[in-house]
Amino acid sequence: MNSETNLVYVYDGTIEGFLCCVYESFVRRRVPSVISCARGQTMFFEETEWIATDIAHSDKVYASLAEKICPEAQDFIRLSFLTQRADKEILMYRFICIGYRVGRKVLDMLTDDTVGTLIKAVRNLQREAHLLMGFVRFTIYDGVMVSCISPQNSVLPLLSDHFSDRYPEESFLIYDKTHQMAVVHKPEGTLLTSMREIALPPIEDSEKAYRTLWQCFYQTIAIEARENPKCRLTHMPRRFWHNMTEFDLCTDQTPVSTEVTGEVPDAVREFE
Amino acid sequence: MDILEKLAVLSDAAKYDVACTSSGVDRNGQSGKIGSAAACGICHSFAADGRCISLLKVLMSNCCVYDCKYCVNRVSADTPRTSFTPDELADLTIQFYRRNYIEGLFLSSGVLKNPDYTMERMIEVIRLLREKYNFNGYVHVKTIPGADPSLVDRMGLLADRMSVNIELPTEASLLRLAPQKSPKAVIDPMSRISSRIRENSSERSAFRHAPKFAPAGQSTQMIVGASPDSDLKILRLSQGLYRTYSLKRVFFSAYTPVVEDKNLPSLLTAPPLLREHRLYQADWLMRFYGFSAEEIVSPKHPNLSLIVDPKCSWALRNMDRFPVEINKASYETLLRVPGIGVTGARRIIQARRAGTLDFDGLRKLGIVLKRARFFITCRGKCDEGVVIHPDVITRSLLSKRELEMLPAIRGGQIRFEDVPGISAITGGHRPEKLYISAQTTIGEEDEQRNEFGICV
Repeated sequence: MNSETNLVYVYDGTIEGFLCCVYESFVRRRVPSVISCARGQTMFFEETEWIATDIAHSDKVYASLAEKICPEAQDFIRLSFLTQRADKEILMYRFICIGYRVGRKVLDMLTDDTVGTLIKAVRNLQREAHLLMGFVRFTIYDGVMVSCISPQNSVLPLLSDHFSDRYPEESFLIYDKTHQMAVVHKPEGTLLTSMREIALPPIEDSEKAYRTLWQCFYQTIAIEARENPKCRLTHMPRRFWHNMTEFDLCTDQTPVSTEVTGEVPDAVREFE
Repeated sequence: MDILEKLAVLSDAAKYDVACTSSGVDRNGQSGKIGSAAACGICHSFAADGRCISLLKVLMSNCCVYDCKYCVNRVSADTPRTSFTPDELADLTIQFYRRNYIEGLFLSSGVLKNPDYTMERMIEVIRLLREKYNFNGYVHVKTIPGADPSLVDRMGLLADRMSVNIELPTEASLLRLAPQKSPKAVIDPMSRISSRIRENSSERSAFRHAPKFAPAGQSTQMIVGASPDSDLKILRLSQGLYRTYSLKRVFFSAYTPVVEDKNLPSLLTAPPLLREHRLYQADWLMRFYGFSAEEIVSPKHPNLSLIVDPKCSWALRNMDRFPVEINKASYETLLRVPGIGVTGARRIIQARRAGTLDFDGLRKLGIVLKRARFFITCRGKCDEGVVIHPDVITRSLLSKRELEMLPAIRGGQIRFEDVPGISAITGGHRPEKLYISAQTTIGEEDEQRNEFGICV
């Protein structure tokens, strides 16, 4: 296939949409230089093509990842799609092209610029998700556990699996401010949904008491003679702090919206 | 006392316990229960001292009948005393757990009345958690030396990890500083736990649903710097514990002075944090890198160098084993290269399947070459600009902080002979050329060496 330096594929922002871009490229034997879900930012010398999502096409491409590359490649592509890299789509496209050519070996090509960059991005995603499995803080409103996070990567699908497994009998909601997404879990099931904003009632007194207990524990457990702020920052970067109960700067009582309704979050209601 | 005051007192009294890990057991959630455990463990926060907070680390009670000299809770200490009731503590744990503050509970205790009574109270907390609250998360519990073996058995069926603190590395030190604890009272439960874990694994292979006994294994902890014991003694003991009792971890705790006593370092002594750090590095070498204690320290050099890390020290003493060819070396050999860790070695092995590696490739893998470049070749060649001269290597291996420590040698604070890695190559035996280098000129760097006082 010849590389066309100014062909831009635009898709709907879903992973199925992206897989359709791969499909189109192979069917029409054209190589895009950019794959983007942002519309209306094209330069006049670029040829922009809108790729409609067709599940039959995306399924075909998705199945081919396991057949022509290896089953792990499917997981890898799904994870890559959640990373924060702005150019992830074109990297994923190129990764798939290499994979079709060399097979499962593509995942070992750590020194290749495309593969290496994508693997690093996935590592970054997994690290952030792992940190958040610890750093997520729930506030309990009328029996519903609610947490707000502002991650760089789209970690919600990974967190959803972890917390649904951990709290099978609870109702919880984790709201991702950065990507305006939320995961809502009830004993009956789990739902990943987009959510523009979230309005939360004031914190209950019992909740305040447990917060105070936790803050007390957090302060007490440190040994003064060993104080090491740099070490703490390395393990727990400051960007996580404002969503964490142990710090006074914790603001998740009134996230995003200033409206205070005294109600359980809407999404939880809808889900009921 | 209300619960807040109790928490303040009983977490303050527990903070010198080092272990806060929640690793070692992989357990999925279960319907009808709350909680799960991840094999790698999860850190939920980091305290101002940079230590991970994974578990709610508290004492059941800080009342204690013992008078161990190094301990904040010794009977002779003037400090407010309190105890949790089992209900209070179980409720607090669950409430913290639901809010995702913690991964579980780490329960220890002063000796209330007698070891058996204390153990029973602790067992009651875990029983409540497991049976009343259906808690399926992590529990690490400390057994009380001298308690009845049947209580140890009951505890093991409820907890994930058990530990018995060995406290001090030698019997002599234990006798001097903790006269009421006998080495036997420490070793007996340790040995019982390890044989119960072994029996349990064969029970479980016969009956899949047999209850698990301490599935995350057992660990121990010893205080470093409260007694004059050498690193050799500490590391030999650790190695023995890993081999004999299959311990998961041996933790080291730099002694923080809490009391003035003629047998202890003065209250003004800073905790020996760097020594503790070096011991952990050595511990890692034994657990993950295939080193034995004897390769790390010897009767001739019984203490770890504070200036050079133990792996570099070993490499400098064994330059005849280097350089290793990155494209051919086995995993075990790669692990012995300073600057290459477990992650790095795995990545190298993986990337080699797709093609040969050069220095640029190594950088792309995320291997830090600062140290490694002196010990490796890629396709038979050294890295560009590598100068193979013992002094240059030694200096290049040191971090900025370690370099800053060097003038102290001249000041007499650290004796030169105490620095094994360095003395081995700058002392009597001083090889002219360690191996053929790409570039043999010794540049400006060499001029500076006297400034640092490495070369005698």
